[in-house]
Amino acid sequence: MTTVGSTLLERHRVRPAEYVYWIALASVFFLFPRNLSLATSIMVMSLFALSLDLILGFAGVVSFGHAAFFGIGSYCAAQLALHGWSEPISGALIAGLAAMVFALVVGPLVLRFTGLPQIMVTLAIGIILYEAANKASSITGGDDGLGGIKLMPLFGTFEWTAYGQTAFWYAFGWLLLLFIALRIVIASPFGVSLQGLRENTLRMRFIGTPVFGRLLRAYAMSGFVAGVAGAVSAQVNKFAGLDMLSTDRSIDVLVMLILGGVGKLYGALIGAPVYMLVHHQASEWNPFHWMFVVGGLLIFVVMFARGGVLGLLEAGLGRLPGGRAQ
Amino acid sequence: MQEILSATSFIAIYGLSYGVVLFLISIGLVVTMGLMRVVNMAHGVFAAWGGYIMVNMMNAWGASYYVAMVGAILVIALVSVLVERIFFFKLYGAPELEQALLTIGLAFIGVASLNLAFGPDIVAARLPAELGASIDFAGRSVQAYRLFIIAFGAAVMLVLWYIFDRTSFGARLRAAVDNRGMAAAVGINVRRLFSIAFALGSGLAALGSAIGVAVLPLEPMYPLKYLVLILIVVAMSGAGNVKLAAGVSLGLGVVDTAGRYFHPEIGSFLIYIAMLVYLMARGGKLAAVHAR
Amino acid sequence: MSTNMLEARGLDKHFGALHVTRSVDLSVTAGARLALIGPNGAGKSTLVGLLTGQLKPDSGQILLAGRDVTSESIEKRTRSGLARTFQINNLFRGLTVLENVFLAVSERLGTAGSQLRTAKSCTEVIEKAEQLLKELELGNALHQRISEISYGRQRLVEIAIALSLSPRVLLLDEPTAGIPAGEVARVMEVLEALPAELAIVVIEHDMHVVRRFAKEIVVLAQGAVLARGLPQEVMASDEVRRVYLGGVDPSKSVMGKRRA
Repeated sequence: MTTVGSTLLERHRVRPAEYVYWIALASVFFLFPRNLSLATSIMVMSLFALSLDLILGFAGVVSFGHAAFFGIGSYCAAQLALHGWSEPISGALIAGLAAMVFALVVGPLVLRFTGLPQIMVTLAIGIILYEAANKASSITGGDDGLGGIKLMPLFGTFEWTAYGQTAFWYAFGWLLLLFIALRIVIASPFGVSLQGLRENTLRMRFIGTPVFGRLLRAYAMSGFVAGVAGAVSAQVNKFAGLDMLSTDRSIDVLVMLILGGVGKLYGALIGAPVYMLVHHQASEWNPFHWMFVVGGLLIFVVMFARGGVLGLLEAGLGRLPGGRAQ
Repeated sequence: MQEILSATSFIAIYGLSYGVVLFLISIGLVVTMGLMRVVNMAHGVFAAWGGYIMVNMMNAWGASYYVAMVGAILVIALVSVLVERIFFFKLYGAPELEQALLTIGLAFIGVASLNLAFGPDIVAARLPAELGASIDFAGRSVQAYRLFIIAFGAAVMLVLWYIFDRTSFGARLRAAVDNRGMAAAVGINVRRLFSIAFALGSGLAALGSAIGVAVLPLEPMYPLKYLVLILIVVAMSGAGNVKLAAGVSLGLGVVDTAGRYFHPEIGSFLIYIAMLVYLMARGGKLAAVHAR
Repeated sequence: MSTNMLEARGLDKHFGALHVTRSVDLSVTAGARLALIGPNGAGKSTLVGLLTGQLKPDSGQILLAGRDVTSESIEKRTRSGLARTFQINNLFRGLTVLENVFLAVSERLGTAGSQLRTAKSCTEVIEKAEQLLKELELGNALHQRISEISYGRQRLVEIAIALSLSPRVLLLDEPTAGIPAGEVARVMEVLEALPAELAIVVIEHDMHVVRRFAKEIVVLAQGAVLARGLPQEVMASDEVRRVYLGGVDPSKSVMGKRRA
């Protein structure tokens, strides 16, 4: 597309670069067979970042406590498996629904606010949930977490192999499926109206938009996707722990999304791998030194590259003939 | 009876001294948020560095607690002006999320640099003998240090009240908090006013961590560990309201201490619940303030 | 009988000690062209806020097509047929002209909540939006962003959005304010061509516009209705001149100048 077009109404168009992304992701399985576990974690975090992008990037709702949904999904999936519900796909779905219910409960509180109060409320909800999980060790295993998860083979056929082949495709499948679902949602009139809400909430009320209901729906969907991400994480790692609920994780996913680019879906899919690969390289470091890197990245992105990596890529490609003018 | 009195005095003294420290490390952010509407997640870095500088002045040069405290405040106030000039100009008028992210980045760097400079462990400061002594107070033996904090805090609050309510600097500051555009229109140099307020606030944060060195222990994670507390004070007092911030800080200190005293189980998150309830009750008002 | 499309009964509003709306009664019938005028601080904006639901009255009632909407939200009143434009353009600046109107039409036609079809496939919405924009001679700007078109044309988009809601009552908040002189004529043309049966309230400072557009004037002063009547009657009233013009000799006033 070289003309400046109606970008919102063209969101459903699949661009060639998208196929490249998914083929590249799938080919990781063949190119890096020794790193499947890392690749799986990256896909889980990509899914988590996608869920955040739906509310932050499209609806303009800020969350500093998104790990709450991820953690609920994790614990729920772990508990299901420990209680004998060992079929993974339905387990992840149930876990996602549990996180969605939580989103519907806290949503009315979060969505009353914007700006700093909203940041504070989401932060507080995250912390309260973390502390509650810490105390409720009969359900969460406290500091020790929940281990020893056993799952049925995927589709009753594929065993969960030690090198994580099944886990890789399991996470890949969820990521692709939910990505397509979100892709459909953001190209729908509903998605377009979210964009309107992000731009100018008051004006939306003056065209008759039921603002709260619409944001709550987006919030619930985001909670569901985050919950599934948490569930997949617990299922492939055979473990759920407090770390999944922590504010650190909420900040991490925010950084990944900002780094990749907000409000583009692919920002989440690029930010998570970039962040996690750099982190992986630095895993030998003192964790405090890692904070130099994250801090520097955040400052750099806000000051010089507000569109994130994807924004830089688009700006770069836009200059090429036939590139997409933004 | 004796027990109740003892518990009350414990909660009052520990809660209030804790509240004073909270007030000092938060008040700068309350004012700058009100003035420039910048969410500064790195505010705690100034506090932490202030405390560390004081301890190191004492250890390396043998400076007294009081002298080192003043030194730390001055250093932080000066450095904060530089930081403000380099990073914050980008943020005025930017969306709150961007402000939050950039300043979280600054906070991370602050934490990492504290670790690099002073190591990962908690550092303790030797309190002067007169502050370390115990005093019998309302049937209970308490450290003189705690009473010192409360008395000192009360004095600082008085001075701040005087500055805000009685001086022309305070009048200009309040005018700018209330309506920045109007203040600029009547000839107030808002930009310079902010630099001064920023330096003052950072200096106060340094004072807070220095005076509270035995209340909130110094460690590299300090800026993030207490960030949430600072933000709670800011969110609950609304932008720029100094008196309310004092009330909120002291209230939080007492509620938190009481919570931990009576119900150690839930005490750790009582203040978060208190904040949620408070924000819910004030929801409409906050939204209105925010919309300006 | 010609029913009141919009009616206010005994509206009162305080901001602290300030009494900004004093028992205001107002009725707007279908086909009305009513101008709401008054000096700065007379309470015009507050009244608009009360009518649209942005502000809640301390007492009094607001009826929309005979139904009490006093406690209803902005969005609900909008869906019941109350639309407004803004004194300062209030649009989705990052979106295109078509997208701006798309949002409103899709809200009106009830498709805005659907998630399983693409926005592009909502041809009924897009066609309606395009048709409206073409009627306002914005057909050549469909795919331009709001920030790329002139301020006067942005105002036309405001009007297009309001019309796309198929309102029964339209509040025009200073429709020509801030628009360069060269574009005012076009906006006036559009206003005069609005559907005859629509009940219209225009809040306006510019007496030239009032004179040309209004069939009826309500003068607001210090929060209360000072006078109401036909334009020539109201403008001839000594009391109105005194309050509205602050004792200035009418021949040197805004009205006088415009007439000259």
